[in-house]
Amino acid sequence: MRTTRQPLSLRRRTFLQGSALAGTAALLLPGLMASRVRAAAPKRGGHLVLALDGASATDSLDPATYTATYMQTVGYQWGNCLVEIDEQVQPIPELAESWEPTPDATKWVFKLRRGVTFHNGKEMDAEDVVYSIDHHRGPESKSGAKGYLTMIKAVKATDKYEVTFELDSPYADLPYVLSDYHLLIVPKGSDFTRPIGTGPFVIKEFEPGVRTFAERNPNYWKEGRGWVDSIETLAINDPTARIAALQAGQAHFVNNPDPKTAKLLARAPGVKLIDVPGAGHRTFAMRTDTPPFDNNHLRLALKWGIDREEILTKVLNGFGRVGNDQPIPDFDPFFNRELPQRTFDPEKAAFHWKKADITGKIPLHVADAAWTGAVDAAQLYREHLAKAGIELEVVREPNDGYWSNVWMKKPFVGSYWGGRPTADLMLSVAYRSDAPWNETFWKRPEFDRLLDQARGELDPNKRRELYWEAQRMIWQEGGEVIPVFNNHLFGARDNVDGFVPVPVLTGLRAAEQLYFTDR
Amino acid sequence: MHPILALVLRRLALGALSLWAVSLLIFAGTEILPGDVAEAMLGQSATPEAVAAIRRELGLDRPAWERYLDWLVGLLQGDLGTSYANRMPVAELVGERLANTLFLAGVAAAVAVPLAVGLGIAAVRWRESVLDRLLSAMTLSAISMPEFFIGYALIYLFAVTWPLAPPIATVYPGMDLAARLKVVVLPVAALALVTVAHMMRMTRAAILNVMESPYIETAELKGLARSRIVLRHALPNALSPIINVIVINLAYLVVGVVVVEVVFVYPGLGQLMVDAVAKRDVPLVQACGMIFAATYILLNLTADVLAILTNPRLLHPR
Repeated sequence: MRTTRQPLSLRRRTFLQGSALAGTAALLLPGLMASRVRAAAPKRGGHLVLALDGASATDSLDPATYTATYMQTVGYQWGNCLVEIDEQVQPIPELAESWEPTPDATKWVFKLRRGVTFHNGKEMDAEDVVYSIDHHRGPESKSGAKGYLTMIKAVKATDKYEVTFELDSPYADLPYVLSDYHLLIVPKGSDFTRPIGTGPFVIKEFEPGVRTFAERNPNYWKEGRGWVDSIETLAINDPTARIAALQAGQAHFVNNPDPKTAKLLARAPGVKLIDVPGAGHRTFAMRTDTPPFDNNHLRLALKWGIDREEILTKVLNGFGRVGNDQPIPDFDPFFNRELPQRTFDPEKAAFHWKKADITGKIPLHVADAAWTGAVDAAQLYREHLAKAGIELEVVREPNDGYWSNVWMKKPFVGSYWGGRPTADLMLSVAYRSDAPWNETFWKRPEFDRLLDQARGELDPNKRRELYWEAQRMIWQEGGEVIPVFNNHLFGARDNVDGFVPVPVLTGLRAAEQLYFTDR
Repeated sequence: MHPILALVLRRLALGALSLWAVSLLIFAGTEILPGDVAEAMLGQSATPEAVAAIRRELGLDRPAWERYLDWLVGLLQGDLGTSYANRMPVAELVGERLANTLFLAGVAAAVAVPLAVGLGIAAVRWRESVLDRLLSAMTLSAISMPEFFIGYALIYLFAVTWPLAPPIATVYPGMDLAARLKVVVLPVAALALVTVAHMMRMTRAAILNVMESPYIETAELKGLARSRIVLRHALPNALSPIINVIVINLAYLVVGVVVVEVVFVYPGLGQLMVDAVAKRDVPLVQACGMIFAATYILLNLTADVLAILTNPRLLHPR
């Protein structure tokens, strides 16, 4: 069974809660079906087994150390954040009940939910939140979230149930940042390596790189979440082994099935494929400070000369969407819809190539370390460009050390971005003049000013204009060829339901969402 | 002193020296690798401040020789140190995995060794028969197939198509012996297929080699039964090479099965070492390296001692 890919506006949650049939019907009659699907109420109980990749024997329960899917998913089993992101990529209350910025967005006041207790019985209050957030900031912090929190000047408990964030500069996206998987809330003074949370499950056994066993938190506060009695999270990094575990019924839910065989999996008995649009994108990045890529005509020639559809169907096996040479995904509220979609146009490519007045081969450095299929995509790209009379030379690089020796060193390389929850984070991390990962070495003071202005702008309409202009600049002058955005794939047993397809941080909260339908 | 005891002591001293050399090599190797634990742990979210904070806490800003000496002094006092990445005691992390590895190797050896020697003897007893040819063909194909392929084939056949055994061999503390044995069925089968082939062919070749000797001809001319000739006259003189190949395979079962561990998701020592190298977790890498090296050294020593014990000419040198 395959869950159909649909635009987000049709409220994807309703599809996935129903059967495939209900999903297809809902496509035709969204309003009518939604109520019927909801009537199939989730059932409590059972022992759920997740099999996930991104695990290592060196993993730790301390949320400051989380870098990959396995620990991120375990984190959301024991803990909650202040804020959660919903399917429309909007921040919604989690442990915070509401929030309010000052008009200049330099100070944010978060009101906390009352009566939420930690697994040890203590009630959560503002002191706990301050303690938990401060773990990730300050000179001594070793947290992976440290880089996102630099604009926070101080976190203060201004009331028992009120936390105030004071910022160095205006920042309209603070609620998004507080949904980050590092920023889970623990009681003041507790040990982060043995975390006590407010989450749906209580961790009972944790063996790094092997398995985690957790039991349902009987006092879980969140409505309609946390269905199963116990949950086992198996560390299975090998994609073939994950699929075997799913097919044999040893696991009920797996992440990242290989896209090459995902369609076969969808047809296998007893299992279904879940396909969620993602913000991750595969790119070919040009260094705009290095000849010949400092010539925008060459960059345009390379942008018009790629057949995005073919790379989507042949390399991603259709599990994705074509890109438009800018990094904001189509489901983002600030996605620029009016930017014309670039298609494969060898004539335009040839026109710009002639204008650029460059001779010789253009070397493109790739390895599958950049993204799975990058080498194949580069070979296809060479054929596409040949039709425009441009000669691309595919230089295969070793996987080991790719990110330290090739990426941001060679002038034209394959690269991958996992996507960020907000336009600001994505643009700041990779496109600002002073960004540490400005992989195209693209420096435009007027672009930086747009970002700064948008950061402090609380009016969504005005912000949209600013981000639309930023995307247009990248589309027109930037150094990124972005042929495709990838989807997130998951496999589940037929009797498991409830998955909420949030396009960012996708699937990390699956543990509290999933339930068995045959119980 | 008895010559064997002297040999054992001399070899143990040499072994300790080799271990020290290995530890130097591993340490140098992890130093040469680009990046360190701070960068590996933070990955894409690394900022210079966070990296510096981790280095400060772990003392990675000190010179390499100082860190090595620290580790060596700790080791001599029986302290394997603490993992850089998750701050758990290395002894605890390694102990669990070592027990798992020895369990899998033990079960696989208990199946494979008697099977291999038995089949090897049978192949000689009925040499050139259909059985012999069949065994030759099967073992040759088993040797030629990479382990991961055998693993996936077993999973496809016996876990997915006919669900007889679980494809995933996750074991954890608190699991009883019966449950453990059940989940390791497929990895044991994969390891047995690979090692039986090797050991069986060597057994057959070693006995056949002896069967060429004149004294076997004499035995045949006396009219002894072929089974008796193979078992009583040829086998004892072929034991030395057989023991050697068995020990090499035992060492392989402990040290070389990381691919099988990955395919069946078995939490063994090999997987631990791969993870530790990826995170540049030096104390953990060192501990795994020491165990692997010690395994080879001790098993080689055992093979040599056994070879002497089974050979009267070496046991009582003139």
